[in-house]
Amino acid sequence: MTMNAALIRALLRLVGASLVSLVFVTVAVFFITAVLPGDVADALLGQAATPDAVSALRHSLNLDKPVLVRFVIWVTGLLHGDFGVSLVSHRPVLAMASERLIHSLLLAGVTALFAVPVALLLGTTAAIFRNTLFDRAVSLLTLCIVSVPEFLVATLAVFIFSVQLHLLPALASISDIHSIGSFLASFSMPVTTLACVIVGQMSRMTRAVMIDALGSSWVEMAVLKGASPAHIILRHVIPNVIAPLFNVIALSLSYLLGGVVIVESVFHYPGIASLMVDSVAARDIPLVQICALIFCAAYLFLTTLADIVALLSSQRRHAA
Amino acid sequence: MLSRRDMMKQGALLVAAGGGALRSCPARAAQPLRGGHVRVASTTGSLSDTLDPARESMATDYMRGAMFYDGLVTLDATLVPQPALAERIESDDFRTWTFHLRPGVQFHDGATLTSADVVYSLRRHLDPLVASQVRFQARAMRSVRADGPLGVVIELDAPNISFPSVLGLNNFAIIRDGTKNFETANGTGPFRCAAFQPGIRSLAVRNPDFWKTDGVWIDSLELISISDDMARHNALLSGDVDIIAEVNPRLVALLRQRGMGVMESPTGTYTDLAIRQDIGPGKNPEFVQAIKHLFNRDQVADSVWLGFCRLGNDQPLPPEDRYYNHDLPQTVFDPDRAKWLLNKNGFLNQELPPLICSPAANASVDIAVLLQNEASRIGMKLDVRRMPADGYWSQSWMHFPLGFGNVNARGSADMTFSLAFASAAPWNESHWRSSRFDELLALSRREADEAKRKAIYYEMQTLIHDGSGLCIPNFITSLDGYHQRIRGLRPHLGGHLMGNNFSRFIWVDENAGARETESAPA
Repeated sequence: MTMNAALIRALLRLVGASLVSLVFVTVAVFFITAVLPGDVADALLGQAATPDAVSALRHSLNLDKPVLVRFVIWVTGLLHGDFGVSLVSHRPVLAMASERLIHSLLLAGVTALFAVPVALLLGTTAAIFRNTLFDRAVSLLTLCIVSVPEFLVATLAVFIFSVQLHLLPALASISDIHSIGSFLASFSMPVTTLACVIVGQMSRMTRAVMIDALGSSWVEMAVLKGASPAHIILRHVIPNVIAPLFNVIALSLSYLLGGVVIVESVFHYPGIASLMVDSVAARDIPLVQICALIFCAAYLFLTTLADIVALLSSQRRHAA
Repeated sequence: MLSRRDMMKQGALLVAAGGGALRSCPARAAQPLRGGHVRVASTTGSLSDTLDPARESMATDYMRGAMFYDGLVTLDATLVPQPALAERIESDDFRTWTFHLRPGVQFHDGATLTSADVVYSLRRHLDPLVASQVRFQARAMRSVRADGPLGVVIELDAPNISFPSVLGLNNFAIIRDGTKNFETANGTGPFRCAAFQPGIRSLAVRNPDFWKTDGVWIDSLELISISDDMARHNALLSGDVDIIAEVNPRLVALLRQRGMGVMESPTGTYTDLAIRQDIGPGKNPEFVQAIKHLFNRDQVADSVWLGFCRLGNDQPLPPEDRYYNHDLPQTVFDPDRAKWLLNKNGFLNQELPPLICSPAANASVDIAVLLQNEASRIGMKLDVRRMPADGYWSQSWMHFPLGFGNVNARGSADMTFSLAFASAAPWNESHWRSSRFDELLALSRREADEAKRKAIYYEMQTLIHDGSGLCIPNFITSLDGYHQRIRGLRPHLGGHLMGNNFSRFIWVDENAGARETESAPA
């Protein structure tokens, strides 16, 4: 009973800390974007930005008000659930961002579905057969894959599979997807490119975590008791590495949402990462804000989830 | 003697005179065919993509706008204004202009074009919230009023014989009276907007009620933008798209070798170094002279543009322009003279302001490094400061004593002179002031005699060449790539892809690939 109360208290503390970080990040993003050189009026007018045109536009967009006043206006809107409209297109930013977020989640989801099992399998087997030829081969291969920048992987893949072999489309335009076949064709190269980054990283971390666990005293004890290797892995190792593994997975997934600008641009995939880059270039602050908010929330959600898993698994071990 | 009325007739004469200047593609005798879907990849696209003609500022915007909207006039391949929504244009004094609209033209929503639409479309450029790219040009219109349902009278603040060219700019396209929402396009153009997602794609389908009965061959067109150079070329090679804008000069040979077409359009686009004459060393004309002699124009042409450019002579009209001054002596690469001039004025032992360049100004970083190299050979220390592309035009361009810029081909010589060289011009990059030039500009705008106007333009080019702080080493030849099955593309002085108007002219030859293989020698 007390155990559960302590657990709930710990969980609440975690969630509370996440919320505080979220507020901090939004405030920080607002003021950082405020000190960026130039504003949306400069960006909209570009080379046509004569001083009088800029000041007139700035005035009509309320950009000539002091930054604190603009902050208060923005926070007031936010508290009423109004994320604002884009300064460039005048569309609600929430709708614009959620449309792109769905695309990003789809790409990230498919990649994770494919990459996570492969990475865990590679990492675990490499740990079990450590210092064998298999382990060295996996190690070398993953190191190679991690070291190659993703734009090179993507461009080479397009060159081979689209330009030379005419097997797959060079672009992953979401509007062209009408069937499972075209979905697979469109997604195979972006997913493979992203998987290269993730699998390399994740399998190496999995291997390290597993080796750590395999060398622990309780595994040694189990070996001495004469337990079978399968029993040792499933009963003694896996439960102990769930928490660190989940951490590894959470970090990789948050990368899949926000860190994939290059893949999005090479394959012309309309995800949320390129929306954020665009919005910063256009100085469209409400849109920058909501993108930052989404990335931050996703990151916090995943890491908090990992923390909760860690908490629960330690709980279980203590209880056992 | 040219008639002062009916400017369009004059325009037609000029087409005949200037048409030979452009190199055309190898002519194919085949008859254009109706139908087909075409996919086009342009370079820059972002959430700032717009369907508001006033806000169009990127090539992708111009291409998109040209599919959905028409202007009162259109600029042809040699930039001569031709009738579009206005079938007749009249002016007695070049100050008050009367535009007679084409009757029976329909907007995509079914409404008929009237003078009210034109008045609304032109007046809104003055509203600051519209954030129009051509607000400065629009300010020359003192009043715009309707004269009956099909007449529009525009009164300028001063006479300007080239005024119809101004209205040929894509930004002055005509929209429906009262339009405030640009989530879709309601124009009179040859295509209707079937989908528009900023930063993702635009889909155009043919407008069956288009007012012009000839031309416009394709059924639909999808426009996307791929900023990554390699990805854009790969998309063409793999067949994902049929046309790409801005072929990298280094990849021209590869595309041609793989059976793709590359169209070379000689344009008035240039990357320039502006030496400000109101601050820093540029106040001394001999410093400016020396830097002009330090540009190794042939080397820039070979190593930066790989030959896809034409020689520049420090004045803004390209050699193909019908007013180009052929008598002006060419500024030559002369490091000895540069050294002598700099030494005489003590600039060799002086700390000089850095060369400001940026990826935002096409190839300016490469050109700056070449200039720095030539400078170091004569003992002059020039630093190169590379600025980020983001915010370059508002934060850096025209702010420094020595800075690079990049200017797209403009619609007419008059626009070039009045926007970038007149004393009051907002984009006078070198802050050059010449009262003689201002006088000539006003004079040229009233001069109906073509020969006399040409003489005035000659002198204006000489004044810029000798006096302004602008170094224009080369004019850039724009390159566009296309698949064999795309026909009808022709070079255009206005820039990429027929001045961004290609959608109205191209047609699809589905048998092109097969025919090519059959006729290819074994």
